[in-house]
Amino acid sequence: MTRRRLPEWFVLLLPAIIVIAAVVLIPLLFSLYSSFTPYKLTRPSTLWKWVGTYNYEKILSDAKFWAAFGRTVLFLTIVLNLELLFGLGIALMMNKVTWGQRTLRTILMFPMMFSPILVGFQFKFIFNDNIGLVNNVLQSMGFNVALPWLVDAKLAMFSIMFAEIWMSTSVFAILILAGLFAMPRDPLEAAKVDGCTPWQSFRHITLPFLMPFIYIAMTIRSLDVARAYDIVQIMTGGGPARRTELLWTLMSRTGYVDARMGLANAMGYVSILLSILFTIYFFRKLSAARAELGMAG
Amino acid sequence: MTEVTLSKVVKKYGALQAVHGIDLDIKDGEFVVLVGPSGCGKSTTLRMIAGLEDISGGEVAIGGRVVNDLPPRERNISMVFQNYALYPHMTVRENLGFSLKIAKRPEQEIVKAVDEAAGILGLDELMDRKPAALSGGQRQRVAMGRAIVRHPDVFLFDEPLSNLDAKLRTQMRVEIKKLHQKVESTIIYVTHDQVEAMTLADRIVLMRDGHIVQVGTPLELFNKPVDTFVATFIGSPPMNLVDGVVQGDSIVLNGSVSVPLPVSAGKLTNGQAVKFGFRADNLMPIGHAVEEEGAAHEVDLSVTLTEPLGTETLLYTNMAGVEVQAKMFNPRPVAPGEQLHFRLTLDKCHVFDAKSGQAVRG
Ligand SMILES: Nc1ncnc2c1ncn2[C@@H]1O[C@H](COP(=O)(O)OP(=O)(O)OP(=O)(O)O)[C@@H](O)[C@H]1O
Ligand SMILES: [Mg+2]
Repeated sequence: MTRRRLPEWFVLLLPAIIVIAAVVLIPLLFSLYSSFTPYKLTRPSTLWKWVGTYNYEKILSDAKFWAAFGRTVLFLTIVLNLELLFGLGIALMMNKVTWGQRTLRTILMFPMMFSPILVGFQFKFIFNDNIGLVNNVLQSMGFNVALPWLVDAKLAMFSIMFAEIWMSTSVFAILILAGLFAMPRDPLEAAKVDGCTPWQSFRHITLPFLMPFIYIAMTIRSLDVARAYDIVQIMTGGGPARRTELLWTLMSRTGYVDARMGLANAMGYVSILLSILFTIYFFRKLSAARAELGMAG
Repeated sequence: MTEVTLSKVVKKYGALQAVHGIDLDIKDGEFVVLVGPSGCGKSTTLRMIAGLEDISGGEVAIGGRVVNDLPPRERNISMVFQNYALYPHMTVRENLGFSLKIAKRPEQEIVKAVDEAAGILGLDELMDRKPAALSGGQRQRVAMGRAIVRHPDVFLFDEPLSNLDAKLRTQMRVEIKKLHQKVESTIIYVTHDQVEAMTLADRIVLMRDGHIVQVGTPLELFNKPVDTFVATFIGSPPMNLVDGVVQGDSIVLNGSVSVPLPVSAGKLTNGQAVKFGFRADNLMPIGHAVEEEGAAHEVDLSVTLTEPLGTETLLYTNMAGVEVQAKMFNPRPVAPGEQLHFRLTLDKCHVFDAKSGQAVRG
């Protein structure tokens, strides 16, 4: 009897391979394939029609897609940078607090505990132009205005960013605070003796030390914010009149409302490229910063 | 001229008082070593001089200028920390030049000063490495280099050698002494190792529980300790102390052995309880002693244990029920239990009051 036996390593890896194939690989390949078809959810037979790069060409020449793309990049840039700044500021202040720091740290985590959907609803209420908290406060302070927070293009983008920043600044704050806790005190004292002002100590000693932590937070958040569909969908749904359309709302509308899944998948692949680029960029920075501190290897 | 003056300097951490009003005058160019057991307030004192710790009371003056309220950067001092405190993200070159860069000195001057320091400390090969890629001894040298590039008025060292192995420590000790001869700056050096203190210091400041116990040259502390604490802290092995009672012209040790009073002893009353102190170097077997003259007391003791050290052997014996150490020069093998005829050099013996521990000297 000569039965060919599979190599042992393969047998051992088989369960993992099967699970990964079922959960990740097959959907990935399926969606990649469907992005080359005019697949409509309402007409399954369209799945078998090959149209080549038609969807991609269509996207690349679509002004609406590029508007959403540009808006998304702007959104990511502003949100990530502001979160970094606020997070750094909060962490530096918290590091100075000597009393009740544990409690503060716990409070800092609260925004992360809420579902983004709830946060979206909450801010939708806060920024509502009739009954919203912000306008009510403004009016009771004597300003006779009803600002269209979620209607005006700029204000609506501001409101969404505000909600996103409110929810996720603590990711930066917590990671940077961890960095500050891990920071050795001696180099700071050496810097003082070497003639540094507090600002110079921060600039030349603290900040370089925190850089790896900042890039970790950036990497996490750039992955995270690239999925920030929920808040936008709840607060404005990309509207009104596409004024706050980001890639995520555009894709879901194309896929589920217009039922043009092939096209939506093509958009997905273009924007995945975007988030991969962001991630690679920050990962490079992270490795560089680690090498700088002699932590590489 | 950069003398450092401490007057009634106090440090409190909340209710705990770490330094109790110490007075100290350090002359320009002097090498002063603060030494004492762990937790006695050496680092705290040094850090107050550096400006890294607030001064709770009293005054610190550097070069005649009271610096109590000045930040470290305005005191023109350099400090070498116990764990080196190098900047991990900078190369050796950047570490060395950092203070000059902060002071906005011209690039040329920085390069010159850094190269000079690197030359003195033999760091030329390592200039482009990060601290993580250096050995302990190399880090130590970088830390010293960082301190010397600035030509500060005062160098402060906080146990700079305690993380090095014994051999490297001896080597660096010599380096530091040479460095002092070269730069001629005032140096304040903290250590808990009395050998370092003895070998390096122009003057030793011996501290205990936040007080200064004795200030003096290494030989003063060695030969004339003010109390039993100094006597047992300075010198290795520590001074032998045996309880005794004064009786006429002699001291009866533990009610058994009687030895004559040393001539150097001061005013003692009959029946006063004392501690009789002598170093191992002053108790030697006859025929194996270094000095064979001066007033001496001879006594037979049996050896319990020997520690051969090469040129000399340390002998553990028993005197009036107390274990004491003696030394044997030009040693020969001694079997445990063997009885030897010892010579105790009375001139070099010390008498301390048993209650206060203070030396009684004439
Ligand atoms: N930040 C602080 N808060 C409270 N007490 C402190 C603080 N720093 C030091 N102490 C206390 O002050 C005393 C002196 O400490 P210091 O560090 O000066 O000792 P040291 O002589 O340098 O000892 P070592 O040889 O172990 O370094 C110690 O009792 C210590 O517990
Ligand atoms: Mg100390």
